[in-house]
Amino acid sequence: MSAHAGGYGAVPRIRWIEGLPFVLALAAFFLLPEYLSLGARILIYILYALSLDLILGYAGIITLGHSAYFGAGAYVAGILGARLGVTDPLVQLVAAAAAGGLLGIATGAIILRTRALTLLMLTLAITSVCLEIANKATPITGGADGLSGVVVAPILGLFRFDLFGKTAFLYCLVALLLAWWGARRLIYSPFGASLAGLRENAARMHAIGAPVYWRLVLVYTISTTLAGVAGALITQTNQFVGLNVLGFEAGGELLVMLVLGGVGRLYGAFVGPLVYLVAQDFLAKQFPEYWYLGIGAMLIVVVMFARGGILGIVDAVVRRLRRRA
Amino acid sequence: MSAAALETRGLCKSFGALTVADDIDFRLEAGARHALIGPNGAGKTTFVNMLTGALRPSSGRILLGGEDVTAVRQAARVKRGLGRTFQINQLFRQLSVLDNVALGVAERLGVAIRMWKPASAHAEVRNESLALLESLGLAEDAERRVLDLPYGKQRLVEIAIALGLEPKVLLLDEPAAGVPSVESHRILEVLDRLPAHISILIIEHDMDLVFRFARRITVLASGAVLMEGTPQQVAQDERVRAVYLGEKKHA
Repeated sequence: MSAHAGGYGAVPRIRWIEGLPFVLALAAFFLLPEYLSLGARILIYILYALSLDLILGYAGIITLGHSAYFGAGAYVAGILGARLGVTDPLVQLVAAAAAGGLLGIATGAIILRTRALTLLMLTLAITSVCLEIANKATPITGGADGLSGVVVAPILGLFRFDLFGKTAFLYCLVALLLAWWGARRLIYSPFGASLAGLRENAARMHAIGAPVYWRLVLVYTISTTLAGVAGALITQTNQFVGLNVLGFEAGGELLVMLVLGGVGRLYGAFVGPLVYLVAQDFLAKQFPEYWYLGIGAMLIVVVMFARGGILGIVDAVVRRLRRRA
Repeated sequence: MSAAALETRGLCKSFGALTVADDIDFRLEAGARHALIGPNGAGKTTFVNMLTGALRPSSGRILLGGEDVTAVRQAARVKRGLGRTFQINQLFRQLSVLDNVALGVAERLGVAIRMWKPASAHAEVRNESLALLESLGLAEDAERRVLDLPYGKQRLVEIAIALGLEPKVLLLDEPAAGVPSVESHRILEVLDRLPAHISILIIEHDMDLVFRFARRITVLASGAVLMEGTPQQVAQDERVRAVYLGEKKHA
């Protein structure tokens, strides 16, 4: 039901409930003004998780290194705004998307010849190398101190990024809306159906004449482009980039969010970051020393008892209620 | 002489010191119903994998419709009309029966890369896939997931996927393997009704099926062609009998 698997028998019509995330986001915008910076962060991570879901959930490419592309986008936007005087947010966004995409095609072309554990190790290596480069290239990236003072001009020359994060929130929401729409179309398209084929049985995909390798590189590049966009958004909303956007800890955290929400079902990428980041915010205030324990407990429960993530649990409950009714 | 649908010349494959294909000359005529038999370990699967391009031969040539395809990749051979089924199911298990067939049809029609219009709105793919399923008696199962189907029907899906590619040459790798005999007649029916213009090479252990279906048989033993002839010639051949009896003695 709510698992958006795509395919030739699927009904692609958008149901009203799919507007819920955006309605909730708008409601939060008006009702929770003091949480707008957390809200923007959640929206960005949803976009980022969505990009991971395309390759992990749909195409079955396992990775712990998606932060490489997020980080590339974040640093490109940051370097443009802080070092090169390119302050237009949309130009920064496009440049970051291109950086994510180019890095994606260059690395994907190498690592996607491998599979499973080898692939996983290579993704770790890539993001670790990126982290080291950002760490050592201090004159450009600011190294361990990060890159502060990223200048972001008003959007289209009209909307200034204000102190309360109102513009940033709506900007992120629009970006997410566009990314969601594109990703949804992709999932329901013939290309999306072929991604499921790659995930289910690559040997058969060869045997039906599909260029398996090129298709993997293509979806990987689309995904890393989106990750680059998410990276630019995080830099622009914080007007700062630090090393924490890179490395396998960052990549692993994203994976945890997606698994928590539910892999390969589109809206798992919405639920996961929301629950994770809200829990993180709440637990970090209540138990500043132990907040990771709560996240860990949540993950254990989901992995042990609900392989489909939180949305998988919702599905099971709804199914049971319907049977009873 | 017109070109064979599929031909190999001096095809060899060795893994180190082990020779699994030894100078195989083979011709599959247009419209053929040809069987490849041989005891376990005779090199049948290796031979098929070289024909499809999954495995690179050590030496020798493979010709598809008279064109040398030895260096052509697997996916490109499919585009040139070479389809196959697998001895062990290679299906998209979590996907519907319709999607299993439609993925192949979409590849052939060149729409598999389209990213905008919904898959279900590509009527050409859907209709063709449904018609194919209908012809195989699988229409009612179109929306079911493959893994929920009984094994016999899964074997039919194997064949359906290959037929969706509209192959000129079809390699059937033990289509009835593992199917209980009460269900295997369905597979035979389907095989009997395959379009006459498709040249078919069947690899099979079930001798009843082989002798009912094939008009020509090649016997493979220890990686080499032992003999080739009509079913009658093969049935009466002393060497063939020796190879099979020899195997039985060990079993």
